[in-house]
Amino acid sequence: MKQFEALTRKKDNQAARYLIVDDSVFARKSLAKMVESFGGQVAGEAGDGCTAITEYSRTNPDIVLMDITMPQMEGIEAVERIVQGHPDARIVMVSSVGYQDNILAALQKGARHFVQKPVKPDALYEIIRYVLNDEGVASPVHAGGEKDR
Amino acid sequence: MRMDLIQPFIGSLDAVLAEMMKTAPRIVDLTMEEEGYRRKGLAASVNFKGEIQGRVILDMDPQAAAQVASYLAGDEVDSSQPIVREAVCELANMVIGNAVTQLNDRGFQFKVFPPAVLTEKQCAAAGQDSEATILCFETPSGNVYLDISMHYHRRRSRERSTVAV
Repeated sequence: MKQFEALTRKKDNQAARYLIVDDSVFARKSLAKMVESFGGQVAGEAGDGCTAITEYSRTNPDIVLMDITMPQMEGIEAVERIVQGHPDARIVMVSSVGYQDNILAALQKGARHFVQKPVKPDALYEIIRYVLNDEGVASPVHAGGEKDR
Repeated sequence: MRMDLIQPFIGSLDAVLAEMMKTAPRIVDLTMEEEGYRRKGLAASVNFKGEIQGRVILDMDPQAAAQVASYLAGDEVDSSQPIVREAVCELANMVIGNAVTQLNDRGFQFKVFPPAVLTEKQCAAAGQDSEATILCFETPSGNVYLDISMHYHRRRSRERSTVAV
């Protein structure tokens, strides 16, 4: 996999720590490889929204990559609960279902960005760079890496 | 079967396979079925309900599934490894999610459920009044089948049109 210039935390220039939330083992593995190619560390993984909330509190990550459609608790509800307890949480939604209602709901609950599967590493890299720099909420980037207009 | 509802699934599978297999798949067969679906390889199904209700099954020859698994894993994956089934689920999730996104952006409201590995050889029909279209895509690593069974609630569409007027 292509190696990217390392994305680091602004506060101490250390490697960013990630929590990866997806019910698919494959998706988690694939995202973990991308995160490593961005110079990041995987702090934790979760396969559903409930576990994501617990793992967030345990690992206190810099970035969460969150799927939407999951068993037990879906990603949007998990975002709401995490942001209630941690208003500064940086959560990027990563889902194959990218319609406007879903994206809006996630952003309204506190997600910072959205990327549609299949994820292209270059697109995800740019989004994470953006979110790590606290540049606010941007328009969603779809699978092709093109922003909505 | 309304082709305008099927087309997003075809386009989505075409695009995702082209990305992962680095070659454009070719549709070599299309059949309509009223009976259930008979699994041919490694398969996953995704259900959705709402204005359009139904089920999509993605079924792959083991070699084709292994190629997709290798792409997703970033390592060579053998077709006998259990993780290949997981790859088929993830591919189904992407294909159906992308198609549903297109349909939703055209005004159709429905909810998608997580994919499930299909273990039975013979699957029951998706439901009464469901029409199933089975498409066979040819790739260099083997065939990929897409079974699309859906029921379109016309009444809700008419209600929506009335409201819009």
